[in-house]
Amino acid sequence: MSSHDERLSAVKKDYLVNLAKKGKRLDGRGPDEYRPITIEKHLIKNAEGSAKVTIGNTMVMAGVKLDVGEPYPDTPEEGAMTTSAELPPIASPTFETGPPREDAIELARVVDRGIRESKFIKLDQLCITPGEEVWIVFIDLHVLDYDGNLFDACSLAASAALQDAIIPGERLGKGENRPLPLGSPPISCTFAKYADFIVVDPRLEEDEVAEARHTIALDENGDLRAMQKGLTGSFTVEEIKNNIKRAQIHAKNIRKLLEE
Amino acid sequence: MLIKDGIRMDGRKPDELRPIKIEAGVLHRAQGSCYLEWGGNRVMAAVYGPREAIPRHIQHPLKAVINARYNMVPFSVSDRKRPGPDRRSVEISKVTSEALEHVVFTGLFPRTMIDVCIEVLGAEAGTRCAGLTAAAVALADAGIPMRDLPVACAAGKIDGTVVLDLAGDEDCEGEADMPVAIAPRTEEILLMQMDGHMTYQEFEEALELALKGCREVSKLQKEALLRKYETKNEVAP
Repeated sequence: MSSHDERLSAVKKDYLVNLAKKGKRLDGRGPDEYRPITIEKHLIKNAEGSAKVTIGNTMVMAGVKLDVGEPYPDTPEEGAMTTSAELPPIASPTFETGPPREDAIELARVVDRGIRESKFIKLDQLCITPGEEVWIVFIDLHVLDYDGNLFDACSLAASAALQDAIIPGERLGKGENRPLPLGSPPISCTFAKYADFIVVDPRLEEDEVAEARHTIALDENGDLRAMQKGLTGSFTVEEIKNNIKRAQIHAKNIRKLLEE
Repeated sequence: MLIKDGIRMDGRKPDELRPIKIEAGVLHRAQGSCYLEWGGNRVMAAVYGPREAIPRHIQHPLKAVINARYNMVPFSVSDRKRPGPDRRSVEISKVTSEALEHVVFTGLFPRTMIDVCIEVLGAEAGTRCAGLTAAAVALADAGIPMRDLPVACAAGKIDGTVVLDLAGDEDCEGEADMPVAIAPRTEEILLMQMDGHMTYQEFEEALELALKGCREVSKLQKEALLRKYETKNEVAP
């Protein structure tokens, strides 16, 4: 980042902090308001499942591919899943080509944990021959437009693409095509904190000035399945508790979008 | 059997294009962008720049460098593709950059680079033509000064018949494929590749078809750009 960008960021930060003192946000949203969310499924023919999710101007495409592989030695009768995220230069002037860097890896791992820990994919139903052959589920997240809050956009896109996914038995000579066996999806809610102000669904400018970030993945009962605190700032215990309570309310609303 | 009684497997005549949909200005961070659907292809293109060329040694003292990057996403193809550039995408990126460079007034922006990102989200034969066509719209949408709006389309041969715009199985099982990009005003050839087997006569026929395809796609590009300004009456960012 050039020094020019950093100066700009300091100005932006002052402005956001001044707004925060009045309990306001850049785009007029309240601290507990999401931007509009859209979900479109079944867009890519060659993917076993796909979905495009937008949260405000942020746009993420998720694709699911399945392949036959060997199970892990400790789970010989279970399928496996892997999640990768890419932040390609199409999505932001600050993204660069090359192998995923730490921010893309953190993003993918947080999304992965939400799906894994909520047992969204029924891996025990993905065994072909115990100890030899199982289905491997690849979830690929491709960011196309970065306007903040990639954690929630990627998590939602991954869940929607999985809901759209089939097991391609015919293509790989392993029986008939059938829907991917799924439970209930995790819902991810992300908060950003700057100047002692905590907002849900940070947009780009809020992401940029954020001192701390808190992502919470909840199951259909509102129970915690995964969490991640990020960045160099901190939250108080009260703030963490409060974030979770706020997330439980948001998650209910977002879940309805996935069920439509 | 890919063609029977002059009708192809997807119902097209030999000189017919697949359905094409083009939308300009779909992304918010990029200076210019384009989403394009062409048969089963789904392509997103975006332009950043002119901006300082990095690393420094790629800077040209007299002109801008066009840096197009063609990238297939892992779920765009039937067998998952490993993320990142392979030899094929490096080659396509190179010929696409070269084709676009011809029409951009690069001399206006010395020492800069213009990045053109082409993400193939879904692939079904002819992705390089779809990518270049989308990239051209994205460049225009970004306001990059150009002497023409490049456009690409392929022709080829299936079951001994020369046809326009090969689709899925035709690409795999056909006898020849020839992507062509032109500057439509002058009909100069900006990109041409070919593989397979065609006689000279068949080549001439294929080129004529490809040019016809390019002219049709060119219209759709211009309509997409006009449509953007019909629907949005915003102050430029």
